[in-house]
Amino acid sequence: MMLVFGLFFLLPLVLVVIVSAWDYNEYEMLPGFSFRGYTDTFEGCLSDWPNICTIFKTYLKTLKLCFITWVLTLGIGFTLAYFLAFHVRSITWQITLSLICTIPFWTSNVIRMIAWIPLLGRNGVVNQGLMSIGAIHEPLEWLLFSEFAVILAFVHLFTFFMVVPIFNSMIRIDRSLIEAATDAGASSWQTLINVIIPLAKPGIVIGSIFVITIVMGDFVTIGVMGGQQIASAGKIIETRLNALQFPAAAANAVILLGATIMIIMGLSRLVDIRKEL
Amino acid sequence: MASDSTLELVSLSKRYGEVLAVDHINLKIPAGTYCCLLGPSGCGKTSTLRMIAGHELASSGDILVGPSNVTDLPPSARNTAMMFQSYALFPHLTVLDNVAFALKMRGIETATRHERARELLALVDMSAYAERLPAQLSGGQQQRVALARALITSPQILLLDEPLSALDPFLRLRMRAELKKLQRELGISFIHVTHSQDEAMALADLVVLMNNGHIEQKGSPREVFNAPRTEFVARFIGGHNILVQDGQKVAVRNDHLILSAPSSPVSDPHLDALITQIEYQGTHVRISLATASGAELTADLADDDFDAFPLTAGQAVTASWDRKRASIFAPLS
Repeated sequence: MMLVFGLFFLLPLVLVVIVSAWDYNEYEMLPGFSFRGYTDTFEGCLSDWPNICTIFKTYLKTLKLCFITWVLTLGIGFTLAYFLAFHVRSITWQITLSLICTIPFWTSNVIRMIAWIPLLGRNGVVNQGLMSIGAIHEPLEWLLFSEFAVILAFVHLFTFFMVVPIFNSMIRIDRSLIEAATDAGASSWQTLINVIIPLAKPGIVIGSIFVITIVMGDFVTIGVMGGQQIASAGKIIETRLNALQFPAAAANAVILLGATIMIIMGLSRLVDIRKEL
Repeated sequence: MASDSTLELVSLSKRYGEVLAVDHINLKIPAGTYCCLLGPSGCGKTSTLRMIAGHELASSGDILVGPSNVTDLPPSARNTAMMFQSYALFPHLTVLDNVAFALKMRGIETATRHERARELLALVDMSAYAERLPAQLSGGQQQRVALARALITSPQILLLDEPLSALDPFLRLRMRAELKKLQRELGISFIHVTHSQDEAMALADLVVLMNNGHIEQKGSPREVFNAPRTEFVARFIGGHNILVQDGQKVAVRNDHLILSAPSSPVSDPHLDALITQIEYQGTHVRISLATASGAELTADLADDDFDAFPLTAGQAVTASWDRKRASIFAPLS
């Protein structure tokens, strides 16, 4: 267990950190201590002050996408989990409906994203449909290759990662607690706020960590659905890698790792995850 | 105030699909009564309690609290409060917030509701634990908190669903005494569901013995014990022999069975039997007997009576009883 962990997680991570502090030129990395990977990344941040430099802009954009995705997946995921846990009475139906939720995962990530293109494209189903009923006169450009499309794809892909842990927390809530709340005169809304949400919090936090870590590091979805036009933290790393600038890519990876760890630490302050697992 | 809260069930039924869990029961519980709903599992006692509480809808019939019909009212509008079998304390709230929960739902401000919650914690002797979480309490302590939480809305009727079943035997006896004391002090009705006849005997002013969704018998513990109306009641309540007298089945208390030497002249109804076992129980001696036809009898002899007429296992005796002390079962209706 420890060996697997060390070999496949710690060792690569340490290597990335070491490489991030190496020097490099146009086509190879040069062993030897240098902060060039980091300084290049933050290039212009001091000199252009108070204008926001590229790296910060990119991170802000990534955080914004991440935040919107988080809010939407949480909202939809919580509602779905609530429905499954409290309104679906029989275990058989709960299992059946949960399995139906996994159907999108039967195909690969890329196929699920590409499936949106004929739907949202300039001549796609949505635009054609809207034009035929006369709601619009020319195709909506923002449907595809836009932030809207990216967020749509994220929500589509990752809501299930919210549903599972939240549902898991919810079915562990003793039904007599809900009756006790009703007995005490709580409306269903009050029960939701005072009993169900606090007790589903571990699931909410775990689901949030799944979604946030995936979205923060994503470059494929942003690339495909954003038409390669939207920058993100993951995209920077990909670009650097394609340019064979491994130290710079590693430096960015370390920065991204740091940012993600900070978000997760903030979330874990809300709940003791180790206790809940 | 207390006179308003007589509980009356009128032809109350609960149907789950094809199964009739509670079958047209009628019951009147005067205000300030300690009532035990007693019966084996599946007899409908819990369904009845849950209908009174409003957590289960009545299939037909009415539930009246005082002058008002509460059959279709939500649980919190019935002047009742329920204490759950597993206590159902909110695991994420402190003891104080658990007790104050109902007041919070009514929008009463923190300081006021905490003050009231502290009063109730004092009542159940749990003031020292106000800031703890339920998981940090023992079973008995959790029960006190659950009691305080149920009582905070000043209900006229407290409904208790097998409140003592989760406790160990020692604690069960202690909490049982405290429940009774609390009920006397508060002067409200307690309706307590249990399958233990000891509990019902010790606590109740009114025992309601249920079987198969019917009420078999209701009355004070003394009435039920001394005059069981049906064979089921006699068997369930225990301490009785089911015997045949003048071609009719009757119940005779274990301690009303008289043992004498075989073939001694007795005019009372009697049976010949063999002693199979003798158990010394401290205040009395329990003697198990078997008749020639294989029926088993139990006789409880007072310590002194046993000493005056010592018996040994394997001995043949005649068991007789006083005709007047036998309970004749009510004809099946």
